Amino acid sequence: MSIAITTQFICFTVLSLVVIIGALGVVLLESIVYSAFLLGGVFMSVAGLYLLLNASFVAAAQVLVYVGAVNVLIIFAIMLVNKKEDLKPINDIKSRRIISTLICLTLLSLLIRVDLTNVWNVASPQNSIGEESTIRIGEHLFSDYLLPFEVASVLLLMAMIGAIVLARRDVMSRDISTGLPVDQELIEKSSEPLLTNKN
Amino acid sequence: MEYGLDLEYSFNEFLKGFGLSSEIAHIIWLPLPMLLVLVAAVVGVLVTVWLERKISAAAQQRIGPEYAGALGVLQPIADGLKLLVKEDIIPAKADGILFTAGPILVLVPVILSWLIVPFGQNLLISNVGIGIFLWIALSSIQPIGLLMSGYASNNKYSLLGGLRAAAQSISYEIPLALSVLAIVLMTNSLSTIDIVNQQSGAGILSWNIWRQPVGFIVFWICALAECERLPFDLPEAEEELVAGYQTEYAGMKFALFYLGSYINLILSALLVSILYLGGWGFPIPVEVIAKFLNLPINAPFIQVFTASIGIVMTVLKAYLLVFIAILLRWTTPRVRIDQLLDLGWKFLLPISLANLLITAGLKLAFPQFFGG
Repeated sequence: MSIAITTQFICFTVLSLVVIIGALGVVLLESIVYSAFLLGGVFMSVAGLYLLLNASFVAAAQVLVYVGAVNVLIIFAIMLVNKKEDLKPINDIKSRRIISTLICLTLLSLLIRVDLTNVWNVASPQNSIGEESTIRIGEHLFSDYLLPFEVASVLLLMAMIGAIVLARRDVMSRDISTGLPVDQELIEKSSEPLLTNKN
Repeated sequence: MEYGLDLEYSFNEFLKGFGLSSEIAHIIWLPLPMLLVLVAAVVGVLVTVWLERKISAAAQQRIGPEYAGALGVLQPIADGLKLLVKEDIIPAKADGILFTAGPILVLVPVILSWLIVPFGQNLLISNVGIGIFLWIALSSIQPIGLLMSGYASNNKYSLLGGLRAAAQSISYEIPLALSVLAIVLMTNSLSTIDIVNQQSGAGILSWNIWRQPVGFIVFWICALAECERLPFDLPEAEEELVAGYQTEYAGMKFALFYLGSYINLILSALLVSILYLGGWGFPIPVEVIAKFLNLPINAPFIQVFTASIGIVMTVLKAYLLVFIAILLRWTTPRVRIDQLLDLGWKFLLPISLANLLITAGLKLAFPQFFGG
């Protein structure tokens, strides 16, 4: 075994272990903040796997989009609404956990079956395009994948407008779920006027 | 265009002379440029800290550090040593793991980004194809480290500072990436080497700053905001937030933040000089000098001259920008958080989008000037 292949194997093993253990941690840890940070670690290791596959552009895009945008947003949201409140205990938690475990295991077995039965079209190292891939991705995005690409941007625009409407309470006068009139006051407590009302 | 010293090739040939295989030679070579760049980054920080102290002193009509070495040049080393030997404190109610991981996550991406900084045709660690995109991707990891340390400190000022830092970093990444995109559009490549080579045609006249003046200003503002330099140093605004996410940090962990912010400043200055000021290019093209001296472009003297002038020019341009950044820090007031976000989203973002659109139009109209 040459040095390059050995290095690649060690990197692959470490990255896969980090992905698996990290993903388990995301699901199983009690603290939501730890879960969010571990999710970032999982995204980073997936980017590392892309790098091992010679897809450096996809790896960088993965870091930029998933770690730099999605994960930061998740952590941001968690920290902004990090209220210390006791969660209501759910009475049939055990059966729920068993059911979700079963569903996850079924999905996993499905994926393993796909992996084993499908004939993968693996490019040989000589045929891999490597650095050319950036250009190829661009060509595909603007030719045969143009419609999905544009539809995705419309979808993102819709999500953004929706988020703005939900966040700005002056747009809607009634709460969507309860139908009660929305409290138009600011969340913070009204500040005491400092200089007036003296004497 | 393939001229200049190729140190890796010469080094490998040298080791092969001792009967080593090329693989072993490559492995021995690998850590050398990394170490060199790490040392260069740390020395750069020491110089910048000294400059910051001296220039701030001059701006405030003081003398500044004077007794540690001639003109106080040893003062940054004394600062560093002080931080090194200080007690490493983790607050009792802080989250120990996240508290330690935060500064590391802030520093490591910044150092990794030095991978793509070229000091000459072959004088960089790795000419990766995704080049400048790697830097944009890596710098997007930083906010996680900031949020992590802000949260782990268990302190409201730290948390607020961390949130502010992340918000600022996310907002200014977009105009930054868009102005880089305009350059990439003109270069037809993401590689930093190609970006510099594209500007090397006619010396100072072919630098990108003339073709991308708006992009240059947007990039510089965004780079300052990403580095949390003074017009935009809200995350650690000492007077309002104690020191933001750094409040609870002491000793070496604080030093990591300190180091990270200064390395980031130098890196941003280097990247501005690479993207807009011709990188290692001399204001007069080397070919013209070679012709003037009646020497072929491949002559050893010209090669060594090119390599050394490349390093000198890159560092000189970068430190000129660092000087401007320091001067800005000590002469401008801080913006408010709402002004900061307004500037980022309502001014820089539309401007950089328009700049990208105009660049694309100009590229179609004048392919010979804007990279066909």
